[in-house]
Amino acid sequence: MAFKSEDDKNAYWRKNLKLMFILLVIWAVVSYGFGILFRPVLDMIPVGGVGLGFWFAQQGSIYVFLAIVAIYAKKMRELDREFGVDDDE
Amino acid sequence: MDLQTLTYIVVGLSFALYFGIAIWARAGTTGEYYAAGRGVHPVANGMATAADWMSAASFISMAGLIAFQGYDASIFLMGWTGGYVLLALCLAPYLRKFGKFTVPDFIGDRYYSRTARIVAVICLIVASLTYVIGQMKGIGVAFSRFLDVDYATGLYAGMGIVFFYAVLGGMKGVTYTQIAQYCVLIFAYTVPAIFISLNLTNNPIPQFGFLSDTADGTPLLVKLDQTLVDLGFAEYTAQKGGTFNMLMYTLSLMMGTAGLPHVIIRFFTVPKVSDARSSAGWALLFIAILYTTAPAVGSMARLNLTNTIQPGPVGSAEGNLAYAERPDWFKKWETTGLLAFEDKNGDGRIQYYNDKNPEFAAKAESFGWKGNEMVKVDRDIMVLANPEIANLPNWVIALVAAGGLAAALSTAAGLLLAMSTAISHDLLKRTFMPDIGEKQELMAARIAMAGAILVAGYLGLNPPGFAAQVVALAFGLAASSIFPVLMMGIFSSKVNNSGAVAGMLVGLVSTLVYIFTYKGWFFVAGTEMLANTPDNWFLGVSPEAFGALGALLNFATAFIVSNMTAPVPDDIRHMVEDIRFPKGAGEAHDH
Repeated sequence: MAFKSEDDKNAYWRKNLKLMFILLVIWAVVSYGFGILFRPVLDMIPVGGVGLGFWFAQQGSIYVFLAIVAIYAKKMRELDREFGVDDDE
Repeated sequence: MDLQTLTYIVVGLSFALYFGIAIWARAGTTGEYYAAGRGVHPVANGMATAADWMSAASFISMAGLIAFQGYDASIFLMGWTGGYVLLALCLAPYLRKFGKFTVPDFIGDRYYSRTARIVAVICLIVASLTYVIGQMKGIGVAFSRFLDVDYATGLYAGMGIVFFYAVLGGMKGVTYTQIAQYCVLIFAYTVPAIFISLNLTNNPIPQFGFLSDTADGTPLLVKLDQTLVDLGFAEYTAQKGGTFNMLMYTLSLMMGTAGLPHVIIRFFTVPKVSDARSSAGWALLFIAILYTTAPAVGSMARLNLTNTIQPGPVGSAEGNLAYAERPDWFKKWETTGLLAFEDKNGDGRIQYYNDKNPEFAAKAESFGWKGNEMVKVDRDIMVLANPEIANLPNWVIALVAAGGLAAALSTAAGLLLAMSTAISHDLLKRTFMPDIGEKQELMAARIAMAGAILVAGYLGLNPPGFAAQVVALAFGLAASSIFPVLMMGIFSSKVNNSGAVAGMLVGLVSTLVYIFTYKGWFFVAGTEMLANTPDNWFLGVSPEAFGALGALLNFATAFIVSNMTAPVPDDIRHMVEDIRFPKGAGEAHDH
């Protein structure tokens, strides 16, 4: 096992789950929230003749999804290194 | 040079490229055949995944869907991209760590059950087969429209090409051709979009263009809304469907995307767990280029089409296009049946409006209009005729033909590969003929692939009447049967064999029954139990959106049954722990 101890292993998994949870909350808020549920509120901010809610539904959410995946990949690499379990040869 | 010759040259060159790659990327081992030797760079895999994912439907039909549904089509944009977040965060890295070849492989091992493996193979084949029919149709249609050959000949040509590189090269051949196909299709999609955006808004970036002002200073979307309302259509940017249905539909598409096996197996081809994470990001980036362009193409094409037919004020005698003066592209697409005109009031001009809107129909009556005269406007026209509507040069039109074919071929190959590997690996090697050696398994994989191509070709030639319905079925099934067991397999060590099998069956059956209730048993017309209208839907959820609720039932059943039956054995618990960490006992092999 590459982990130094059982505690390390559990700490790594908890940190991974926490990061995942935060990012999935953002994922849900920008799409289901901004794009659909709260669209009427967000549309009060005008964007391109429509509103911010419409923009999130057709553009913004996709950009945020990209950022989420990129941040997850980067943070997990850092976490892997911190715990000495990165798979770089 | 005339358009026909140019199209043959461009399409011919793209095919020559695919053949060249096929010969170069032959597979010699099952590792190469199933997972491209696990040596694919994450960026390359991202590109291949994007081509694998973006089908004829994404390339040809999606912009048209947006053009006619406006805001409501946002569910496809968010659903089909948001699924990659689930894939990248919750599935891809762990399944890569598990280090096997197929999706049923994971389900069979994790739930230590032959039944679970076989149920997973069935779910996979049903989901993939329904999906591949659409691709075969797309290939036939693209050939017949662009190259003027008949549908069947086009289909045989497509089957021949896929046969050549998929049977020879397996995952390895498919991966490298998909990379080439991505380049062709994304170029073919964005070039017309850039020109059209420039024409309408002076902004070369379509993503900004559709939010910019048109020549007269009004924002494009405001103008589109106004144009449509003037003709009795619903506002483009308004929400038409129920909110809860939109939420559930989006969730079903997201979970379905993450659970589709032909996408998941692409992440088995990268060397390391960290590569699986980053590769999902690259895939999403390459997909997002098309998906963020699509709403621009949809809105601009709708405005162009409407303005072409109604160039003057609504209601004035001269306001409508005279049929005799219709542009060339109009004539061309009329001959294919995608556009059809019927002069109902005999004035020689085209009236295109919403005659289903009673208020506007009365107004139209006073103009002397006798009903909508564009009796057919196929939504595919929005992408197919786009370059012609915008007067783009012939080479761009030829490029769109090559792009449509690339999109259909790449997805078909990916789906066929997922099916054939499930047969040769999961059914033969892992279940019924465990004694066969690697050479024989490789041969079995090739025979299964050839068989899958023949079956798909047959279904493409004789598409079942329900072909249009089945894509929704594929997503519903992947969301309700495959996605939940993968999630539970990774994040819970408590869900056992009985729980998984019961969960999969409940998810599968509940979704099928719900769809059949409204669309007829096995899609046979006349056997519907309830009319397919929002008033009849359970909580207002449409049959296409039920996958999310099916998934919920799957999760609930699996946890309840697991609690009542024998706990998960220790070695499986260790396996679950093991896949959670990128390095450790049983780390990723084969690189």
